[in-house]
Amino acid sequence: MNKKEDIVTFNKKKFRFSDWLAEKIIKAVAFLSIAVVILIFIFVFREAFPIFKMNKTGPAITETLVQESYGSAETENKTAKSIESQVENSSKISQTVDKPSATLLSNTWMPVSDNPRYGLWPLFLGTLKVTLVALLFAAPISILAAIYTAMFAKPRIREIIKPVVELLAGFPSVVIGFFALMVMATVLQNIFGYASRLNAFVGGIAMGLAAIPIIYTLTEDALTAIPKTFTEASLGLGASRRQTAFYVILPAAVPGIFAAVVLGLGRIFGETMIALMATGNAAMISINPFDSVRTLSATIGAEMAEVVFGDTHYNVLFLIGSLLFIFTFTLNALAEFYFKNLVIRKYQSKK
Amino acid sequence: MNRNIKDTIVESLTGVCVLLIIFIIVSILTITIIGGWPNLNWTFLSEFPKDGMTKGGIFPAIIGTAVMTIIMALAAVPFGVITAIYLAEYANEKSVIAKTIRFAVKTLAVVPSIIFGLFGLGFFIGFVGKNMDAIFSGGELKWGQPNILWASLTMALLTLPVVIVSVEEAIRTIPRDMREASLALGATKWQTIRKVVLPGSVSGILTGTILAVSRGAGEVAPILFTGAVYFSSNLPHSLSDQFMSLGYHIYIMSTQSSNVDATQPIQFATTLVLLLLTFSLNAIAVVLRYRIRQKAK
Repeated sequence: MNKKEDIVTFNKKKFRFSDWLAEKIIKAVAFLSIAVVILIFIFVFREAFPIFKMNKTGPAITETLVQESYGSAETENKTAKSIESQVENSSKISQTVDKPSATLLSNTWMPVSDNPRYGLWPLFLGTLKVTLVALLFAAPISILAAIYTAMFAKPRIREIIKPVVELLAGFPSVVIGFFALMVMATVLQNIFGYASRLNAFVGGIAMGLAAIPIIYTLTEDALTAIPKTFTEASLGLGASRRQTAFYVILPAAVPGIFAAVVLGLGRIFGETMIALMATGNAAMISINPFDSVRTLSATIGAEMAEVVFGDTHYNVLFLIGSLLFIFTFTLNALAEFYFKNLVIRKYQSKK
Repeated sequence: MNRNIKDTIVESLTGVCVLLIIFIIVSILTITIIGGWPNLNWTFLSEFPKDGMTKGGIFPAIIGTAVMTIIMALAAVPFGVITAIYLAEYANEKSVIAKTIRFAVKTLAVVPSIIFGLFGLGFFIGFVGKNMDAIFSGGELKWGQPNILWASLTMALLTLPVVIVSVEEAIRTIPRDMREASLALGATKWQTIRKVVLPGSVSGILTGTILAVSRGAGEVAPILFTGAVYFSSNLPHSLSDQFMSLGYHIYIMSTQSSNVDATQPIQFATTLVLLLLTFSLNAIAVVLRYRIRQKAK
């Protein structure tokens, strides 16, 4: 009887106010990350939304904007192009001002003029070009390097290679951008002999440098996550290390490698400082990789500081931001939920 | 024989890729050092820019970066540590809440830094700041414009995942036995966390803080329009002041300076300072993290 009561009191937890409060506070704070993601959604979209409601912008407002933003220094190419367009526009004396939302799909990005046009196509095309160059440069190199580290290198060498490559991740993007602007642009121009010094190619290679550590690390993780039995079975059957790496391990790790490339893509897509410094910043429609381009993120970075708060141009820049956010969010969700499940399912079926 | 040759070729090809990456890293370092070292001296570090930014030092940029990262760490570290405690100690791994928080943290880690800048502009400056002005100073513009506080808080959001990941890793290395011993001695869960888990993860918290500071010192995109300025003749002495930052200084000097060629030594030296700063911070973090992992083994 007595014994039983003892057990009951032992199991019954004493209510402690401090413990209860601590748990509640910790839980509440942990929700902050979710809250921030939601707030980013709300506030970036909120500032972009008016673009679809607006009908007309008064030319008077754009006039003052023209004065303001030409006062400050812009990138060479940009200024030259803008002045050209300004001259063109003043001679035209356009009376009608297009609805800003209608110009979004036009072929010219000319936010600062009497008849502002917010065509996103040149920016999309520019981003696409830079991203392609960066991915074609970074993905093969980092995947092959990861294969070497995970499969061929001796353990002692691997211990050195991994942290050294990860050092690259610690380089601020402004430093990589500076290096691209000062050194790579000149070197690559001497090799390939193209006309404009800063272009999609230089920018793409530089952004590839920023993506290499991401793709490399995640690919290496994916390769080493493959069970040792795979390697042992393959080597035991008489395959060489190369054959094991490329015909056994690599196919098994494909979902993980794909996730690595997707996350690298997200990094390249949103990279701002390198794009601002090394791509030339001229919004034009061309598929030549050696032409100057202006990417979506660089457009925000270069123009946001000079727009009027709440102006159409301001809203369009937020719209671009929303697009970037949706895109990277989707990529991350894909890498997180789709590819990870693929890996798990694969091993479960093989068990 | 044929197969052996193929093996050698392919294996060396992958090796060449590693060498290429290392070559790039080494050349960035050497070129920055060669370009920046001759100009790096005490006057450069302790003087204000002179003659329309073409001469003088980078003192305000160093101080601006330091102050910004300190405020950032003060905001990011407590929140990061608490979130990590929740994820490691309280959360049920299979619960939807824990999964959602994890996904949110990962999302914060991959959102482009420029989006944080937009968020800082739209939320901190346009919403919080504007409303603070309306309430406290009757609509007079004080907080509703870019300043060092908003820039630091924006940066804190960006570096939050860095802190969370390192601290959680460190907490997970604390052996289960220690927690159980503490609970068996009659300590409550919160007491266990305070007296056993937190002291055991100090090095993890330190690693997270250092990595966050290194990341925050190098990022430029989030502060482009939330507080960084081209030139300021004063050091920031209140939270509502704007500030100069090393990364922004490099960007401005190399793309929009009145005379890019003449200021090249300054640009290289500033880049060298920033690189040395982030590099040494990262090196410390790597050593600390290595120690944590050794301890876990």
